[in-house]
Amino acid sequence: MLLEPRTHTPLWMTIIAPIAAVFVVMVLCSGLIMWAGAPVLQSYIALAKGAFGSKFAISETLVRATPLMLTGLAAAVAFRAKLWNIGGEGQLYMGALAATYFGTGMVNLPAPLMIPFLFVVGAIAGGLLLLVPALLKTKLKVDEVVTTLLLNFVILLMANYLLFGPWKDPMAMGWPQGAPIVDAGILPKLIEKTRLHGGLIFALLASVSVWLVMSKTKWGLEIRAVGLNQDAASFAGIPINKTIIRTALISGGLAACAGVTEVAGTKEYLTLDISPGFGYTGIAVAMLAGLNPLGVIIAAIFFAGIYNGADSMSRAMDVSNYIADVITAASLLMVMLAVMLTRMRIRFS
Amino acid sequence: MDFLDMFLNIGFWAATVRMATPLIFGTLGELICERAGVLNLGIEGIMTTGAMVAWMWVYQGGDLWTAVLVAAVFGMMFGFLHSIFSVYMGLSQHVTGIGITLLATSLSYYSFRMLLPGVTTPPKITPFQELPIPYLSEIPIFGEAFFSQSPLTYLAFVLVGVVSYVLYRTPVGLAVRMVGENPMAVEVQGIDVYRVRTGAVMVGSGFMAVGGAFLTISVFDAFYFDMINGRGWICVALVIFASWRPGKALLGAVLFAAFDAIQIRVQQSSASFIPYQFFLMMPYVFSIFALIVMSRKAAYPKALLVPFRRGQR
Repeated sequence: MLLEPRTHTPLWMTIIAPIAAVFVVMVLCSGLIMWAGAPVLQSYIALAKGAFGSKFAISETLVRATPLMLTGLAAAVAFRAKLWNIGGEGQLYMGALAATYFGTGMVNLPAPLMIPFLFVVGAIAGGLLLLVPALLKTKLKVDEVVTTLLLNFVILLMANYLLFGPWKDPMAMGWPQGAPIVDAGILPKLIEKTRLHGGLIFALLASVSVWLVMSKTKWGLEIRAVGLNQDAASFAGIPINKTIIRTALISGGLAACAGVTEVAGTKEYLTLDISPGFGYTGIAVAMLAGLNPLGVIIAAIFFAGIYNGADSMSRAMDVSNYIADVITAASLLMVMLAVMLTRMRIRFS
Repeated sequence: MDFLDMFLNIGFWAATVRMATPLIFGTLGELICERAGVLNLGIEGIMTTGAMVAWMWVYQGGDLWTAVLVAAVFGMMFGFLHSIFSVYMGLSQHVTGIGITLLATSLSYYSFRMLLPGVTTPPKITPFQELPIPYLSEIPIFGEAFFSQSPLTYLAFVLVGVVSYVLYRTPVGLAVRMVGENPMAVEVQGIDVYRVRTGAVMVGSGFMAVGGAFLTISVFDAFYFDMINGRGWICVALVIFASWRPGKALLGAVLFAAFDAIQIRVQQSSASFIPYQFFLMMPYVFSIFALIVMSRKAAYPKALLVPFRRGQR
């Protein structure tokens, strides 16, 4: 068996590849649904309805897609530079911690300033968190995969300590949760009687901005060049370490903004379960999007739909909602394979 | 608490050896994969799968040793899946590994929920009992700590020797090390690089799964979600700490476990003024520090992370 690079990849192939991959995953996962003794087609219909079947369902899916867009962007930017940031989860909580620290009465600004301020402090906190592994990588050659993964656990324990200890809201009846974000810091609701909040606008703007930076600016070119071939980039005069550090700050900042949207938008206070693995799902989002910042929007909505749809399917059909995690993980792998097949062809000899 | 007392305490050493066991299995498994040039970040998920299937096997009436075997087989299946992506297709080992971890974890949770619907408190099984080795276990302190352990712990220590022997003293081991250093040279010898790498990843993944199984059918008697809790990632750090040598991997795992045991004992004796979360952070922080210290002179296998494509340079 030989793999040969294709000389030319037609556009239709690039578009079809992720769709085909997801379709294959759905077919494979129907085995799990059958195992649960549920009818496959009806189950998938229940899933689709739970995800996009009503105005309420769509708004809930978009609420869930908001942080996924941001963690997806974080992964997409970092992976472009081959900076393997698997610490989205920790950076998300770092952003949430910063938003809670500054947003619960310590700083009082009018809303048009307060909301950007929370995003800025959140992004700085998350960027700084990823700066540690990035510096260790560039200065001491410490592998960033392991350090970012391990830091996730450290940050979660830190949040755990703060919410059970000094930051615990005395008004919360003993629940480990932070004080509420001040009114000026709350992201405005977009549609009455839904939970849909301004975080979505922020995430969409972030996607477009990241796309602009990555495809139209010198920074973006440098990031992509470092990812494609470090030696060539270095030879062309691109400062490798500086670019990696810059990528880390952007990536960590984006993931941290997901924490800000959850604390200041969805929940309005910090809890220990603001993220059911958004940081890890962000990796799947980025891969499904082919690391394209605009594709991240669609991929995030798709995965958000899968999770919300799986919740309602599990209520209707008695299929465990862990199926959403299976679909996400399998899609991540299958998309990788499909994208490769658009660039290579397999020759059997 | 007096530190001297602690170090003379049998319970402390017994706990150290017990806590080192899953790390030894995991680190050896990861080491085998990386020696063949494949970073296996599926470890966290594969350990979860091993923990789940072994426990489920015993819970459904199976025998403990068969459960170990079943766990290993499941681990090898995920290892095979990993190598389809990372070895045959030559895709990013980082992303493949994370994908395998997410897939193995979610499939384990899904299966657990399907097989035991509506269970709130995890049901229990009868785990491996301690097996004191005659005579040796009667040596004061040392013997009582090291030779009164679960049979799986002895297996872990024996496997360190076996892996060492195979890697350095047999043609198979030579092939494994060579595909991790210079796959082209192996190909020239007429050995199939893909097969050697796939075999190494499968065997390594089997080890990881047994490490996970140790937790559910030897230390604890139940399966909990999130019970691996980063142990797999710590093993990845330990491999670098051990400079890819089985003997040092054993040393690293035991050192790490001793540190963990100290941390737990200090935590119990001074819980009043240092919050327990800071103690729980220490294994992760310690791993990061170990990486910082060792990474400067780390001699990575030369072909680690480099996919091999036949007919290409």
